Amino acid sequence: MSMTATVGRGRADPHHIGRAIEHPGPASKRIVTAYGFWVFLLSDIVMFSCFFAAYAVLVGQTADGPKGSEIFEHRNVAIETVCLLLSSFTCGMASIAADVRNRFWFYLGMAVTCLLGLVFLTIEFREFANLVSRGYGPSRSAFLTAFFSLVGCHGLHVSAGVLWLLTMMAQVFAKGFRADILRRMMCFALFWHALDIIWVAVFSVVYLLGSSV
Amino acid sequence: MLGKLDWSAIPFDQPIPLVAGAMVLVAILGVLTWVVVKGHLPYLWHEWITSVDHKRIGVMYVLLASVMLLRGGSDAIMMRVQQAIAYQSQGYLPPEHYNQIFSAHGTIMIFFVAMPFVIGLMNLVVPLQLGVRDVAFPTLNSVGFWLTATGALLVNVSLVVGEFSRTGWLAFPPLSGLTYSPGVGVDYYAWSLQISGIGTLVAGINLVTTVLKLRTRGMNYLRMPMFCWTTLASNLLIVAAFPILTATLAMLLLDRYLGFHFFTNEAGGNVMMFMNLIWAWGHPEVYILVLPAFGIFSEVVSTFSGKALFGYRSMVLATMAICVISFMVWLHHFFTMGAGPDVNAIFGIASMIIAVPTGVKIYNWLFTMYGGRIRFATPMLWAVGFMVTFIIGGLTGVLVAVPPADFLLHNSMFLVAHFHNVIIGGVLFGAFAGFEYWFPKAFGFRLDERWGKLAFWFTFTGFYITFMPLYIAGMLGMTRRLQHYDVAAWRPWMFVAAIGMAVLSIGVICQVMQLVVSIRNREALRDRTGDPWDGRSLEWATSSPPPVFNFAFHPDVRGEDAYWDLKTHAKQQLLGHHPEPEYQDIEMPKNSPTGFVCAFFATIMGFALIWHIWWMVILGGLGAFATFVVFAWRDHDEYVIPAAEVARIDGVNLEERRSLVSMAGSI
Repeated sequence: MSMTATVGRGRADPHHIGRAIEHPGPASKRIVTAYGFWVFLLSDIVMFSCFFAAYAVLVGQTADGPKGSEIFEHRNVAIETVCLLLSSFTCGMASIAADVRNRFWFYLGMAVTCLLGLVFLTIEFREFANLVSRGYGPSRSAFLTAFFSLVGCHGLHVSAGVLWLLTMMAQVFAKGFRADILRRMMCFALFWHALDIIWVAVFSVVYLLGSSV
Repeated sequence: MLGKLDWSAIPFDQPIPLVAGAMVLVAILGVLTWVVVKGHLPYLWHEWITSVDHKRIGVMYVLLASVMLLRGGSDAIMMRVQQAIAYQSQGYLPPEHYNQIFSAHGTIMIFFVAMPFVIGLMNLVVPLQLGVRDVAFPTLNSVGFWLTATGALLVNVSLVVGEFSRTGWLAFPPLSGLTYSPGVGVDYYAWSLQISGIGTLVAGINLVTTVLKLRTRGMNYLRMPMFCWTTLASNLLIVAAFPILTATLAMLLLDRYLGFHFFTNEAGGNVMMFMNLIWAWGHPEVYILVLPAFGIFSEVVSTFSGKALFGYRSMVLATMAICVISFMVWLHHFFTMGAGPDVNAIFGIASMIIAVPTGVKIYNWLFTMYGGRIRFATPMLWAVGFMVTFIIGGLTGVLVAVPPADFLLHNSMFLVAHFHNVIIGGVLFGAFAGFEYWFPKAFGFRLDERWGKLAFWFTFTGFYITFMPLYIAGMLGMTRRLQHYDVAAWRPWMFVAAIGMAVLSIGVICQVMQLVVSIRNREALRDRTGDPWDGRSLEWATSSPPPVFNFAFHPDVRGEDAYWDLKTHAKQQLLGHHPEPEYQDIEMPKNSPTGFVCAFFATIMGFALIWHIWWMVILGGLGAFATFVVFAWRDHDEYVIPAAEVARIDGVNLEERRSLVSMAGSI
């Protein structure tokens, strides 16, 4: 057996700190599920980052169409932001309610989250419809292409989130707070909060920085 | 009603795809009929199609890759023959058809051969090496596999219904935009990659979580077998890089379907953005493929040298260094496209730096062999063949990483030779080594060595005869993707390459023969102990094939080369006392048709999207969603294997193993 085979072999204390740390074995299902979902969220954020990059590249390419400062309505965006931030809070309340198995507060928290999500989507949809009706659709210029895609991608995620939210409520209604349903609820909460974080970036990069171009 | 689809989509005037399609269809129908008539359908459905067992899914991945290897290989033969005869003539393939063939060849070989092959091997082996009973998300694993199969199916449907992309394997705009590619070819390409890309992402998330969160007791990070490390690195890259591909293809599709302006020439679109995005995925992708192969070679070299891997920690470091640096070199794919000398220099240097950890690995393998008792079994032949071949490919890679040299070699046959040199010599040799090495584990019998060695030597020499001439043709100025040419100096090299292709094909035939012969002689080749190669890691500590639960007990790991330690320990004790272990009930995930049904709807949806059949798109989408809701609604997702049954299964293997240890101990 060569040197490398014996040196460093079987040593759980590589730094000689006097404490052997042995891996305790496979993690629990709850940890595995949440961890895997975290990894998915990271990959989703990578996907968003491509649309952010595309927006940054194309923001000046207006092709004689409107610039960001001409079409962004900051009042609406502010309302959207408040809705989404509040919904993160109510989603957190629903998560706590699920943890203590309180159906009433769970339904209430989820319902308010859903409502806020729908308000957000309505404002966004009206913004899009208004732009398209003025002839400023995504085909007008590369800037509008990037704008509609990035904001629309976030909007699609929120729509999927609302659908998931309703499915979660139905699952709790039909099955109760079972262990697997609580794990899904944890994933849903992670998803919803992640969308919130992405919205903060959308708000800053698209609406604030985009207005100054 | 049927969107753009009508009878003109079937190429009645082109005999080659039609005959090929008809043959494939007959073969599929033949197999299906045989399966139904023989009554194998229930077995297939319950044991394979709906299986969530990581070993079965791994086998199905490898099977898919092997079948697609034949398809991609046929494309390669057609191209080599075309270039051999198309001197001052049109050859036998019309230009549109030739363009589809090289696009399909690249797409299939990367996405539906190399990817499923390495993902299949990782699925099969990693949970066994980590000493656990399954991957992190068994049902999602099945979904991932079937979505990959959907992508492969759509690419093959394009052979007879419509056409495939003519824009090369990465579909650069503006050529792939609606103006210059109005047909459905690019749509087939993009949608099949989107769907299989979701499958790959799922596999990536699954394997990252498995390695990081599911390890047996005592399996610290620095005790994991090298293959687990490279799996981790490769899947981290999948998670970080595949979303870029998804986003990029989504942008291309938005341009094509809804008139967006990401990559158009009009309204401010930016074509270079596509180059940057696609290669920001594309370069990590080559390391996604080759890192698992590095892991396979590490296992093979150390096993067949009878030594622990030399420089284990430097190997880990090199793997993770490649994982990070692979994201910093993408621009070397388009040095010629105007980034300027400063930027080119930085990316040129980064590209050369990434050769350093790769060199570290090569030396580690060489020093592992040094002083070892080397057994030249077939997997070891592939490993040694890889080292020689990959060094040549790596050196030509460093050469094209020098920007001034790249200006001369860009888009030439030299480049074609270079990337085949690393992908065949690295990934494919690795896949074959892994196939030979772990086949006994998956099926319980070894592969025939004689045919295996023949396959190696034909493939190895065939590779050199095929691709070395392409280096020379590239030096003589031949560009890639030529349907015909008028330069006499290139012609002899194209002839030699065509002959090499024939030798390579004999290698493939030998590989098929090896499988046939081995299945026929499987009783003689049976692996009773579960440890046919005198292995070092935990996959050899269970029977071949392993029981559905892999291990009756979670193994307790005390050091590197966990199973080697166990064996040494057992030898020291000789036949000492073996108290009957206390078996316990084991819970395993139930099989589920979710993956198959989901992929069924995804196929419908993908096909409908390609042909603009909107009602069918909605139908497919609703179906996929409904499948998930039904899956979410089920009450029992696990079943219990009683302790008595575990004891019975484990007892058989323990008996065989004890006789092995007693034999070894007496030597």
